[in-house]
Amino acid sequence: MSVLTTPRRTAEQIAQSMASPRSRSTRERLFESVLLAATLLTLLVLAVLLVDVFRDGIGRLDLSFLTSYSSRTPQDTGIRTGLTGTLSLMVLTALFSFPVGIGAAIYLEVFAPDNRFTRFMQVNIANLAGVPSVVYGLLAAAVFVYLLNFGRTLISGAMALSLLILPVIIVAGREAIRAVSPSIFNGALALGATPWQATYKQVLPVAMPGILTGTILALSRAVGEAAPILVAGAVFSRRADNEPWNLFESFGALPIQIFDFVKRPQEGFQIEAASAGIIVMLAVLLIMNATAITLRNKYSKRM
Amino acid sequence: MRTHSRKTVGALLAVAVLIAACGGSDDAGDATDAAADETEEETEEDAADGDAEQDEMADAGGDALSGSIAIDGSSTVGPLTDAIAEEYAAVQPDVIVNLSISGSGGGFERFCNVGDTQISNASRPIKQDEVDACADAGIEFTEVRVGTDALTMVTSPDTGFVECLTTDEIVSIWGPDGVDSWDQVNPDFPAEPIEIFAPGSDSGTYDFFNETVLEPNDIEQPRQDFNASEDDNIIAQGVIGTPGSWGYFGYAYYVNNTDTLDAIDYDAGDGCVEPSPETAQDDSYKLARPLFIYVRNDALSDPVVADFVAFYLDTVNDVIEDVGYIPASDAALDEARATVESAIGSAG
Amino acid sequence: MASSTVSPGEVDLRRRSNRIGERIVMRILFACGVLSILTTLAILAVLLIEGSVFFRNISIVEFFTDTAWRPFGDPASEAFRIGILPLVNGTLLVTGIALLVAVPLGLGAAAYLSEYARPGIRKTVKPALEVLAGVPTVVLGYFALTFVTPQLRALLPDGSIQIFNALSAGLVVGVMIVPTIASLSEDAMSAVPNSLRQAAYGMGATRSTVVRKVIGPAALSGIVSAVILGMGRAIGETMIVAIAAGNLPTMTLDPGDQVQTMTGYIVQAVTGEASRGSLTYNSIFAVGLVLFVMTFGLNLIAQRFVKRFREVYS
Repeated sequence: MSVLTTPRRTAEQIAQSMASPRSRSTRERLFESVLLAATLLTLLVLAVLLVDVFRDGIGRLDLSFLTSYSSRTPQDTGIRTGLTGTLSLMVLTALFSFPVGIGAAIYLEVFAPDNRFTRFMQVNIANLAGVPSVVYGLLAAAVFVYLLNFGRTLISGAMALSLLILPVIIVAGREAIRAVSPSIFNGALALGATPWQATYKQVLPVAMPGILTGTILALSRAVGEAAPILVAGAVFSRRADNEPWNLFESFGALPIQIFDFVKRPQEGFQIEAASAGIIVMLAVLLIMNATAITLRNKYSKRM
Repeated sequence: MRTHSRKTVGALLAVAVLIAACGGSDDAGDATDAAADETEEETEEDAADGDAEQDEMADAGGDALSGSIAIDGSSTVGPLTDAIAEEYAAVQPDVIVNLSISGSGGGFERFCNVGDTQISNASRPIKQDEVDACADAGIEFTEVRVGTDALTMVTSPDTGFVECLTTDEIVSIWGPDGVDSWDQVNPDFPAEPIEIFAPGSDSGTYDFFNETVLEPNDIEQPRQDFNASEDDNIIAQGVIGTPGSWGYFGYAYYVNNTDTLDAIDYDAGDGCVEPSPETAQDDSYKLARPLFIYVRNDALSDPVVADFVAFYLDTVNDVIEDVGYIPASDAALDEARATVESAIGSAG
Repeated sequence: MASSTVSPGEVDLRRRSNRIGERIVMRILFACGVLSILTTLAILAVLLIEGSVFFRNISIVEFFTDTAWRPFGDPASEAFRIGILPLVNGTLLVTGIALLVAVPLGLGAAAYLSEYARPGIRKTVKPALEVLAGVPTVVLGYFALTFVTPQLRALLPDGSIQIFNALSAGLVVGVMIVPTIASLSEDAMSAVPNSLRQAAYGMGATRSTVVRKVIGPAALSGIVSAVILGMGRAIGETMIVAIAAGNLPTMTLDPGDQVQTMTGYIVQAVTGEASRGSLTYNSIFAVGLVLFVMTFGLNLIAQRFVKRFREVYS
């Protein structure tokens, strides 16, 4: 990695910048303020959005909203279809994409020979990460729904989301593994461990916080995606629950249900029910993130 | 702690190995076979479902049904069918209605070409190429009229001078050589700019409006410089917020915004008619369009589907106004019932 | 970690390890990597097979040069035009605006979190940003239409901003991709070894100098890939654009105009009334193909840039 050696040009630039130390402290404070402002501005947008959503939705949010299926009357409608659908999708997507993603990351970072095929694989993964989500929907519709004849079922939706976030997990996984000091790996080898033992007993635990962060970021992206599962066949309404082990059933999802709410003509749907649905979705997201942070901290202690 | 973490990693990797083995190139053949087997089983199960249900029903004395119905199609009819499904769930809780919204065309694609839905929602009659596709696939179907929607022209309350428009005036606004100012539509109107909001060109609403207003005047396409959206709420937002606006969409979106939107009457040649349940039902309002569901005839031999369709026709007028549409006349519903019954009869 | 890559000389040494499992694991790991290539091939196959039907009826030259996109209705009619340029135009306009917002904000936030923020703040702000990444884009779309657009119309001269416009959609798409860019760039910046920072401080560099002249360049490959990922999300974003930017393909560079993007068209056509098997339906895949090739191409260019950079510094 280039980061291990100090670039010469950088050193020259540092020396140059030291030539005019006069207004340094003012400039320093200004620079920090600009960076802080960038951070706060984004958070401010999030805050405005959240306040807006909570103001509209919190009154509508109660237990019956979580446990009811959809209804034509905004006061009776609920998010149960979307909630069970999204939770099932998440479980399956994590089960598919996390192991495969880590596997590919380990292969590329640790074992892959430095040849043309490997480089092709690397470039390909980086490029896949930039492919628009709706294209994955088209892929899933063609391959899983029709070619493999899974139909418009939970597994097709989960596969669409898995393929979508796989490159992101691989990229994050590689970064995390790369950040682990080679001395850990080499030390294990020197003590007689096989490369695989060294990887999964020594490198992987250290890299795990980074891998988990990447996976959670990717999964939280998958939670909010409407376009690919819409194309892969999510239903707008069904009065039954999804469970992750019932792979071949029709499925709903939170973003699809929220999409349905905002499209309905009555304000009770567009504003209150949709906002309450968004709060539920954000809660799911927060629980996921909290789990991740707990895991992250647990592994971090080990180091 | 140490062992615990190791176990977790181990477990994760065990899963990794399992999953990856399925995706591995060496095992690709097996994986595909396994997948195919599973799918086959599933399909057989589905096929057997009908029989199983019939047996169950016979055992239960013909009351409790169980099974699932796949429905897709129009985003206009979708909420209506969902309302019926809601009521039906109270009567037959073990029947799962899976409702998708892919648009009328997308619905017919699944109905005829893929053949994995039993019912297709449509805000327009089926087109000839879709009829052909169904015929090619050997799928016979029954068209069932379930209600009416009145396309409603609207403007912002600030544009109070527009109360009624004739066909010619609409053509001058919406036609390919559309004008930009209200005084060019009618010299009595002030010289205020027109801002147009309308459904996108791939929607049934857009098609129906053009067929009704433009085609009789031998005009193929409307103007192309208008504010387009697939979401009627967004069109409503645009019309509400823009003085001098003109737009159209489904009746439901007007009914729910009567305090912020003004409806425009339509003069098709016999005087101004306002959009309302009455004028749509007695056919005096010419922008009313029928709403349909299409049912596969062979699916009607499944008591679950037959029961649902019968329930649909019996219940639709109780819920349709909640959803924002206009009931079909009793005569139309009776006719629909008769068609369905004869289809059930011929389906055996 | 190139040092740990198995070089030909080392392979024999390792094979002596007596585990058969080792080689099986290796194959499985390899298969995981190959899956990504299969994905690409499958995407290409799907788009090419379905898109080829389209190009049997439409000349490629017309497709890429005609400046009007009206793929609905009767193909024989004069109004039927099938030039993808307006959609490309819409996509690039929205993406450009989004990057103008997201790159400074995202990199600023990343630098602040990595180099300035106390650990407590960092632990709060990062998950908060990740929440933003999970807000359904439908919600952001309505936020753009009902909050941002009215503000823009109040701020900017009358008539310059239409109710559906690329600017509002682009700004919100920009905010949406900030977490992606910030989080991944922050990871890259944090991964820069402390020895580099200490060396720079040792030479008397100030913190801002370290950030701009040491951390930035050292983390550049990670930053560029973060921006690429963000750009990919912006190009691929569908709902915000469909709601706030309008649905009318327009050739324009004016951010106040309404536009339609390629993704917006795909979703419009997928959920629309056009019957399948029609030219309109097949056009979905032709547009999908262009979208795929475009994002893939942009990424290739960016990767080449990263590679060149790495060569300079290694």
